[in-house]
Amino acid sequence: MIKGLVTGVIDWVDARIPMSDTWNKHLAQYPTPINFNFWYFFGSLAMLVLVNQILTGIWLTMNYNPSAEGAFASIEYIMRDVEYGWLLRYMHSTGASFFFIVVYLHMFRGLIYGSYQKPRELIWVFGMLIFFVLMAEAFMGYLLPWGQMSFWGAQVIISLFGAIPIIGDDLTQWIRGDFVISGATLTRFFALHVVALPLVLVVLVFLHIVALHEVGSNNPEGIEIKKKKGTVPESELSPFKYHKQFSGKKDIVDAAPFFPYFVVKDVVGVAVFLFFFAAVIFYWPEGGGYFLEPPNFEPANGLKTPEHIAPVWYYTPFYAILRAIPDKLLGVIVFGSSVAILIFLPWIDRGKVRSIRYRSTLHKLNIVQFTICFIILGILGALPATPLYTIISQICSFGYFAFFVLLFIYSKNEKCKPVPERITK
Amino acid sequence: MKKLLITLFALLPSLVLAAGPSIPLDKADYDLTDKASLQNGAKLFMNYCFGCHATGYQRYERVANDLDIPNDIMMDNLVFTDQKIGDLMHNAMDKKEAAKWFGAAPPDLTLVARLRGADWLYTYLRSFYADPSRPFGVNNSVFPDVGMPHVLEELQGIPNAVFETEMVDGVEHKTLVSIEADGSGELSTDEYNQAVLDMVNFLVYAGEPMRVERERLGVFVLGFIFIFFIIAYLLKKEFWRDVHH
Repeated sequence: MIKGLVTGVIDWVDARIPMSDTWNKHLAQYPTPINFNFWYFFGSLAMLVLVNQILTGIWLTMNYNPSAEGAFASIEYIMRDVEYGWLLRYMHSTGASFFFIVVYLHMFRGLIYGSYQKPRELIWVFGMLIFFVLMAEAFMGYLLPWGQMSFWGAQVIISLFGAIPIIGDDLTQWIRGDFVISGATLTRFFALHVVALPLVLVVLVFLHIVALHEVGSNNPEGIEIKKKKGTVPESELSPFKYHKQFSGKKDIVDAAPFFPYFVVKDVVGVAVFLFFFAAVIFYWPEGGGYFLEPPNFEPANGLKTPEHIAPVWYYTPFYAILRAIPDKLLGVIVFGSSVAILIFLPWIDRGKVRSIRYRSTLHKLNIVQFTICFIILGILGALPATPLYTIISQICSFGYFAFFVLLFIYSKNEKCKPVPERITK
Repeated sequence: MKKLLITLFALLPSLVLAAGPSIPLDKADYDLTDKASLQNGAKLFMNYCFGCHATGYQRYERVANDLDIPNDIMMDNLVFTDQKIGDLMHNAMDKKEAAKWFGAAPPDLTLVARLRGADWLYTYLRSFYADPSRPFGVNNSVFPDVGMPHVLEELQGIPNAVFETEMVDGVEHKTLVSIEADGSGELSTDEYNQAVLDMVNFLVYAGEPMRVERERLGVFVLGFIFIFFIIAYLLKKEFWRDVHH
């Protein structure tokens, strides 16, 4: 009786919107390569952190006061007087750092397995747009506690726009809504942080996934699991039922449906992730001064500059590139390029082989040097500039850009290893 | 590559510390579960510090409850204004006047332990020394030319600095070797150190009053996640038998 009722409701809805069809197409009958390794957890984890940020953010907004006079005190009100307010706040502040950890690892996965290559260029482009919006979102969110580092960090970054010739000064004033960072800046950053940018993020994440599901997931081997129709013997086909959009046009091999197989797998990843996440929230919420910076426990004071203004750790690689260039305008241009160049990766890499497993030694070395440079830049960006550090930053900035130049040159006629036909063979 | 990364990460703290203060800080061995120490810290703080330094993000009631101080004893002994038990802990100091008296208004200290660190506070409060050239007759080796007088002098006595003089390239260099109280205070050196530690303990508590609760709760959360992980792993293994056959 109950079963009949449930089927009846499902049929009723399906006659009006494609509920079951969407479920099957994107989850229960969506073919996913079975050789996903540890690197493939970070996409779903990024989604988890996004949900965490949105939910904790909503509850924080209920008690936060977006004004220069009340912002700092309202954070302490949340920490002390709101029931479990401290937990919401630490989940949100730690979540911001973990969002970047997860997203950087997710991007690195795309880099080593060539997930940005044809036909997945748009997935990469949407992903990079998510990364840009995420940087803006985190930057604006960081002003909201209205501590010393909030204020002076925003001061440094907004003043970068002042380096643009002619319109620079007017532009910085337009962004701040004042001659200096003030309550006017805080309220607009609050509006953008809690309404505008989250909406943009959610839309971009939706497009990222639509683009992914249209062409299908890449995998560590970098080879397709969808073969030309009729070329695979019956016994070799993936034994599961797939949506006709996939199985109608192609022969599917070495795959399993996303639901339940990859859902239960991702849940294991979620558990491991949550263990680290909770360990930081409950035992290390300041992240050694990198997740919550000590100067931010002092209210913003426009007359007192902190000794050392360091951006939050997730911006430091790019900030180090900015500081490595002695000229302000040129520095801003190079800094902007260092972020923007990532979006063109699908066209900079002209290779046909995707996975690092089958690419040349030169490519492997190039990725290693790129990674080392990026990490060193990240460390140096958090430290005060000294002449020695500046020279190291310059070398690493060179290495960062050299990665793309070299890749463009050698990928055209790269000597790769033969790529296997199938994942399992 | 792995080795290089490990070396880099191992290097990180030393690089960060290199940018820190030059005066070596003493370790503040505070204990947030020691209620007697916290109560003594609260008593000392309210009597010696609170006249100038508010803890305006914290409420009297919260302190009383967390430190096991009955509300009436709190009101009678530790609340010196006409405030109610549920009020934020503000003092009567006028900020503008205070800035004239001391050069800068005494900062709110609710979060000072998170801003400066417990070790810094512990060392700072034990680093005042007599210096007749300063307006209040004292200086501080951790915070040179600080605007604050040595409020705890009646406890510590007059602290005299012992300097070592060196001739470097014909110029005299004075370095502070130690600070010794003259014995005119109410407390011995050990008792004074303990009193300061109690106060630091209280300030660490005030900076994050939920910390003990947070660390207690964390055990259960991590325990739950661990059990959840085992179940999730077994579930995954069971399902994936269909795939690996």
